[in-house]
Amino acid sequence: MSPIRQRLVVVGNGMAGMRTVEELLKLDAQRFEITVFGSEPHGNYNRILLSPVLAGEKKLADIMLNTREWYAQNGITLHAGDPVVAIDRTRRIVKSQRGQEVGYDRLLLATGSKPFVIPVPGHQLPGVISFRDIQDVEHMLAAARDYKRAVVIGGGLLGLEAANGLLRQGMEVTVVHVMDTLMERQLDKPAARLLRTALEQRGMRFLLQANTESILGESRVTGIRFKDGTEVDTDLIVMAVGVRPNFDVAKAAGLHCERAIVVDDTLQSLSDPRVYAVGECVQHRKAVYGLVAPLWEQAAVCAAHLAGLGHQRYPGSVTSTKLKVTGIDLFSAGDFIGGPDSEDLLFRDPRRGVYKRLVLKDSRVIGAVLYGEVKDGPWYFELMQKRVDITPFRSRLLFGRAYCQPASNAEQAA
Amino acid sequence: MDGSSPHSVVVKTTCPYCGTGCGVDVRVSGTTVEVSGDPVHPTNAGRLCVKGSALGDTVGPQGRLLYPAIRRQDGDQSMERVSWDAALDHVAQGFRRIIEAHGPDAVAWYVSGQLLTEDYYVANKLAKGFVGTANIDTNSRLCMSSAVAGHKRAFGEDIVPVAYDDLELADLVVLVGSNTAWCHPILFQRIVKEKERRPEMKLVVIDPRRTATTEMADLHLPLRPGTDVWLFNGLLSFLHQHGVVDTAFVEDHTTGLARAMAIADNTAGDLRSVAAQCKLQESALSEFYRLFARTDKVITAFSMGVNQSSAGTDKVNAIINCHLLSGRIGKPGAGPFSITGQPNAMGGREVGGLSNMLAAHMDIENAQHRSLVREFWQSPTMADKPGLKAVDLFDAIDEGRVKAVWIMATNPVVSMPDADKIKRALSRCELVVVSDVMAQTDTTAFAHVVLPAQGWGEKSGTVTNSERCISRLRSFLPPIGEARPDWWALSEVARRWGHAEHFAYTAEHEVFDEHCRLTAAGNRESGVGDRDSGGEGIPRFLNLSGLVGMDKDAYDGLRPVRWPVLAIPDSRLPIPEVFSDGRFYTPDRRARFVPTAPHMPVKLVDEDYPLVLNTGRVRDHWHTMTRTGLSPRLASHVAEPFVDLHPQDALLCGVREDQLARISSRWGSCVARVRLSGEMQRKSVFVPIHWNAQFASDGRVGSLVNPVVDPVSGEPEFKHTPVRVEPFMVAWHGFALSRDDLPMADAAWWTRITGSGFTRYELAGRKQDGEWTARARAMLGVTDPDADWLEYEDRSAGVYRGALIVDDRIAACVFVSPRPDLPSRAWLSGLFTKDRIEDVDRMGLLVGEPFERGEDTGVTVCSCFGVGRKTIERAIRGGCHTPKALGAKLKCGTNCGSCVPELKSIIAQTLVPG
Repeated sequence: MSPIRQRLVVVGNGMAGMRTVEELLKLDAQRFEITVFGSEPHGNYNRILLSPVLAGEKKLADIMLNTREWYAQNGITLHAGDPVVAIDRTRRIVKSQRGQEVGYDRLLLATGSKPFVIPVPGHQLPGVISFRDIQDVEHMLAAARDYKRAVVIGGGLLGLEAANGLLRQGMEVTVVHVMDTLMERQLDKPAARLLRTALEQRGMRFLLQANTESILGESRVTGIRFKDGTEVDTDLIVMAVGVRPNFDVAKAAGLHCERAIVVDDTLQSLSDPRVYAVGECVQHRKAVYGLVAPLWEQAAVCAAHLAGLGHQRYPGSVTSTKLKVTGIDLFSAGDFIGGPDSEDLLFRDPRRGVYKRLVLKDSRVIGAVLYGEVKDGPWYFELMQKRVDITPFRSRLLFGRAYCQPASNAEQAA
Repeated sequence: MDGSSPHSVVVKTTCPYCGTGCGVDVRVSGTTVEVSGDPVHPTNAGRLCVKGSALGDTVGPQGRLLYPAIRRQDGDQSMERVSWDAALDHVAQGFRRIIEAHGPDAVAWYVSGQLLTEDYYVANKLAKGFVGTANIDTNSRLCMSSAVAGHKRAFGEDIVPVAYDDLELADLVVLVGSNTAWCHPILFQRIVKEKERRPEMKLVVIDPRRTATTEMADLHLPLRPGTDVWLFNGLLSFLHQHGVVDTAFVEDHTTGLARAMAIADNTAGDLRSVAAQCKLQESALSEFYRLFARTDKVITAFSMGVNQSSAGTDKVNAIINCHLLSGRIGKPGAGPFSITGQPNAMGGREVGGLSNMLAAHMDIENAQHRSLVREFWQSPTMADKPGLKAVDLFDAIDEGRVKAVWIMATNPVVSMPDADKIKRALSRCELVVVSDVMAQTDTTAFAHVVLPAQGWGEKSGTVTNSERCISRLRSFLPPIGEARPDWWALSEVARRWGHAEHFAYTAEHEVFDEHCRLTAAGNRESGVGDRDSGGEGIPRFLNLSGLVGMDKDAYDGLRPVRWPVLAIPDSRLPIPEVFSDGRFYTPDRRARFVPTAPHMPVKLVDEDYPLVLNTGRVRDHWHTMTRTGLSPRLASHVAEPFVDLHPQDALLCGVREDQLARISSRWGSCVARVRLSGEMQRKSVFVPIHWNAQFASDGRVGSLVNPVVDPVSGEPEFKHTPVRVEPFMVAWHGFALSRDDLPMADAAWWTRITGSGFTRYELAGRKQDGEWTARARAMLGVTDPDADWLEYEDRSAGVYRGALIVDDRIAACVFVSPRPDLPSRAWLSGLFTKDRIEDVDRMGLLVGEPFERGEDTGVTVCSCFGVGRKTIERAIRGGCHTPKALGAKLKCGTNCGSCVPELKSIIAQTLVPG
């Protein structure tokens, strides 16, 4: 234990940054004097669970990960609602919006990402929001109380979760999507069709291949116009067309950035060995992640290096997705489209609304789409991550782990 | 069960399968027919084999021929339903036209050991006595005509000198060319049971194959196919050399020893050369010879392995010679014993069903016999020379010499050798009449007229089993459709030809009575006083004088009885056993030693056809499966045709177990699944006889069998055809189970069996097209795009599985793979008996296996890692009291974390005391 503690400043009070801190505390609680800056006026909460909160299935208290008490108990200084606006790497200090300056020995950037807003005319009107944080959820809940109609732009994971939440809050919801199929980054077309049918049965409406031209309204949004000239009246527009890594401060500080802050396998910035970065603001081996599992993996590696136990490496992540819409079971992972040298396993049971597809390459699972029956998703994901040769139980693989158990046990024993 | 309800009546009848002739008790109640062994029948004393036990499955209307029909001469050549009158007019006129134009030998009957004695009698009488042709032969020609010929050569009459009870008295039973365990199961059980009681009783089995029968043997001699005559000549020589000779018997009651002995000594005089010829170990051969030599009570029972050979008759006589030399005949527990294959092969022999016999064991070539029969029948014309034997008969049809044939109760397109030629012959024949119980057989396909026959349970009459025991077949079901007795149809044709008064039968007992009277007519051994009165007449052992004069009631009440049944005044006296007085039925009343010069089968293997094809039965099927194919129980034992090989030969042929192979001879070919049972010797292959076009695309082994026949008996050499075996290359294997019949257009090879509530198809195809989604639907006849259709596809592996659910029940499923690595059909088959497919079954449906619940994990709580509530509760009770601890142990809640609140609440609930 060093008598004089080093200073760690964490920029970003979100899931990635705080998970890194938690991991670090587990490894060495005394090493750093920790200061955390965050733009939101809360403790750290589970952003993924905003959808259930919006849908009324969970309360805000349910999704809090680290309360203010927790920071106090662990001797961490939290500046919530006061984002860092500049980094002076020469002097090794950060400056906050409110003018605070804090010096660091190690800097951890965990600035996450910003929702992308399509810059169409009217995008700044009141009633046009994103779906990223607690404030957005509060806006939507308020709108649901006062208004009837909502349009969600974006038929991806987040857009559908937002639309489902608004639907559950009693609004009439139309999802507008520029592609001809929903969740095209996670689902193949047959699964997307099943999903669309299921959501339509719940009352969700869809306008696919719809290009937004402008948002209509004077003091508040009243409608949306498409390039084909059609218009839809609405009281609320949620833009859920994707996120962009938030690395403005890092870039301004002269750190090497491409699509995000570029880090190596130790999550260290390429430009400055005192600066680490984790989460959605990071570009690692050309990949930028927007899902939770990679964050956890990055956090563990990064914490180890911060703690001086620098033997771990982060090799990148394989990702999987679930849609958090109650009653709709959907799982997607990896390369679920495949290519000329990949192979498909397909199962269809339309009457039961089940569709499963596994993409194989060199006798390994490289992608999965499960709809209607997702219980084995995690297992397939595990097979993907561990690159297990599935040859011994290929004929049973798609029927699930329960049917493969004897075969896979045998394989493990061998 | 209904069967034991007080309303059901037990009908005693006889099993219609093998020549064992077991008694069957039948209980009919409503639509169910329950069968059990007749506890008081002398043959089986209550036992039944698996085929007999499943008789109840085979009496339904499925596939039955219901009405007479005539093939349209124009248009689509389809069969048109007609009245019995119209059909019989057509037959009578057609036959008469041909007889008038070309003479009586231009028509023929091809009948069957499946006919009852009464049907057989009338057919024979009509052909030989009223048409004047002996062109009436029977499928018994294919089965035991060599035994008949051997008996006649040795004994002067076709007499089986052994009874089943003798098997239990014997100290040594030798089974030659007989898989008794499968083909005559009840007989075999009697032997095995006796052997258990008396372990000193020995069983020797002589068979090229290792079979279920050889498993029970003390000694198995796997002789080289076709070398039986050497083996028994060797035995004769051995017995002679070692003085095992009943000199008094030989001198007083036999002739011909010297020549027979000389041939035996010359051809098989030393053990070593016999062992080499038969490819047997010298020690094993010597053990058999010594065992035979030292045992007085020996029965040599033989079956198709002996009979179905170009040396069949010689094989029979080589066996009989050994029994004559040692005097082991006409004594309890000793003798040569022909076991017949069919239920009424013996009855057919008794009434003259073979083309070289007359009736009542009289000879067609014997003028004295002919005039006796002619007088008895008062026939206007009488055949005076033997007719065509089966193989020659179909050759004559093929060559146009025979222009009309009436086929009764048999399926020659399947069962004859060179069976493709039979197809050709029938397709050229002017008039083919087929009497059958089934509408669709390989043979009815060539019929111009089909006549519906009564099936087992409907028809009434008698049969005679292998030990000369006459049993009644009684009816217990109304005839299906317009099915009529065969004797009636024949008599109706006779009536149309103006012979009404000679065929004026109104019921089967009248036919039987006439048959009994004929056996007694002019029979010197009439049973009154001395057995041989020495007076006028012809001594014949077949004598039913004691059954003459039975009315309907007496006939209906007839108990199983062994012939001869003599009209002895005191019926309590035991009937003298056959040959016990040393008298035979040759002119000099002496038995004949027949010299048997051995020769190898006519067609030998060569480079092109290097393997010997052996044919035979499987345990649970009968003949061409027209009946056993209806029973789910029977069908499941062996589901498809197979070719059994020695593993070494399989390697040389390039075929692998479970794959398909084409077996070809110079005459034809078939396709079957390769089996390496370990039962075959090198250079030998076995293919079962049962499959045909109704049950498989290419399963008729008869098309391969060489048409060589025994020169004496005319019996074909079914057990020895040179063949080659090659891979049958297919792109995919598959199976389909379906409630409805499926068209098999897409398959290069298929076979079909009956299941409970479905038909199972085994499939293989050549078309390499990965687009199975559409193809499978087409195959199963699914046209509705919204059908409840589950499917699994691994396209690059060529694997496809689909299932159709209708009204929550499984309607059909299909499984396809490039390899024969398909899942078991057993569990899937069971789903067809369910009224509802549960979700848990639906999960397993396309795996082909039930979903085995492992440890119950409960409802999923953490969907990221698939952790169930019950697993979590167990972990909490095991000490994980925080979500973090649970996460560390089970990973739950450590990814998206959305279940953490639920984990907390489960912890709280689980930790509540009590």
